[in-house]
Amino acid sequence: MEKRFWNEYQKEIADDHYFYERSCIRQTFFPGSEAAFLRILRDELGKDICDNPHQHTCTGIGYHSDVVPFETTMTVVARLFSLMTECGYENYVPSCVTSFGVFSEVLEKWEHNPALMDQARQYLWEATKREFKTPKNIVHPSDVIYKFRFELKPRMKYQLINRYTGQPLRVVEHIGCHYAKIFPDRGIGKAEFPYVLAGMIEAWGGTVIDYPERRHCCGFGFRQYLIQENRGYSIANTKKKFQSMEPYEPDFILTNCPGCNMFLDKWQYTIAEMEHKTYDKEGYGIPVLTYEELTGLLLGYDPWTLGLQLHQVQCEPLLNKIGIVYKPDEKYKGISGRLLPRPERPECLRQD
Amino acid sequence: MKNFGFTISTGRSINLDEIREENISKLLEMVPSYKWCIGCGGCTATCSAGAFTNFNIRKIHNSFVRGQYQGLDKELQQCMLCGKCLLVCPRGVNTRSLIVNMRRILAGVEANTFKGKEVIQ
Repeated sequence: MEKRFWNEYQKEIADDHYFYERSCIRQTFFPGSEAAFLRILRDELGKDICDNPHQHTCTGIGYHSDVVPFETTMTVVARLFSLMTECGYENYVPSCVTSFGVFSEVLEKWEHNPALMDQARQYLWEATKREFKTPKNIVHPSDVIYKFRFELKPRMKYQLINRYTGQPLRVVEHIGCHYAKIFPDRGIGKAEFPYVLAGMIEAWGGTVIDYPERRHCCGFGFRQYLIQENRGYSIANTKKKFQSMEPYEPDFILTNCPGCNMFLDKWQYTIAEMEHKTYDKEGYGIPVLTYEELTGLLLGYDPWTLGLQLHQVQCEPLLNKIGIVYKPDEKYKGISGRLLPRPERPECLRQD
Repeated sequence: MKNFGFTISTGRSINLDEIREENISKLLEMVPSYKWCIGCGGCTATCSAGAFTNFNIRKIHNSFVRGQYQGLDKELQQCMLCGKCLLVCPRGVNTRSLIVNMRRILAGVEANTFKGKEVIQ
């Protein structure tokens, strides 16, 4: 039997009473994901999760681009912890993998150098007159879904099975680098064999594709894309991954990081426009889903409420493969019921 | 094709499957001193052509043994065959012969054609 190295390492994930922190960019690019996560936890699992309206950035993008000094980052993180303390929670769940990495880094620094924590306390007090406690448990939302994947399975309407062939769907899982590559013991399965997304895929009927560049960066890389002239480095990383996964013919890509979601999705359009190349057989591109979107879809949530129409690579072929019922006419219908303008169609990426 | 203000950088990965062992064997047969090369770069430092163009013997040597043949024949054409590199090589590698015979191999000329004949020195 194949040896499962990930079994050797699991991490502690709190059972209930979470304090949720939203991502800066997900609301724009994958706007239904965070709402879906809150709905899954509250309605499906009956958990208590706090969504505080006073939250703000963790400075992650600025910090990793060298425009925000670490002292500022520590103080901003301290303010987020003070919101959690004020609300009476101890289990911190940041939506973004970059935030998760930043919090892990700050807590690690404070553990080894308590004087830095005292400094952050002082700065926070001087600026806002607030105080904080450090979280007892800090996990990524994908960890929470992973923990409850078997509890969610009986509630699911669909499985990751291709209804035309009866075979399991072939899925590429991509884990954000800051999930476990900075602090391996903070990720399920550590850095080399992260199992957090693979566990969901296997539990829900799919097959995970193991391809050569599986652990390669998605191309986000912060400084790589901030300056237009440097974006060639970013897109080269993404292209390398696509070239590597192409022969395995994946049905879709599953990610747990906002940056990976965005770049694996949007760069497919850019590569198609620049080189007239798509990495699937039919020319639609490979759909990219967040783990919340996937969970929501399998639970039977409406794809348009989950925000799938805002993806660059359109997901209808995948929905058809799984057999998900959806209303094509309501794709661009707003909450008010009024039809929103249809986006311009790309020249090379196929859409129906 | 759309212009987004940047281009896709070319990958520099080395695919070991693309190395053609027979090319290296042929070259060693034609220029036996090639096996003494330690990659010091003395030839490149003293190269007259390299002073005016991007011709780089050491890079060409690396590309050849790594199976990165794309564009190599054009690069080799930049050599003037002056032989200054021969004079500085600390290991006595016949670098001029190396260049000429690399050109032949890349042009698809069989090593057998030259067996028993004097290779260009």
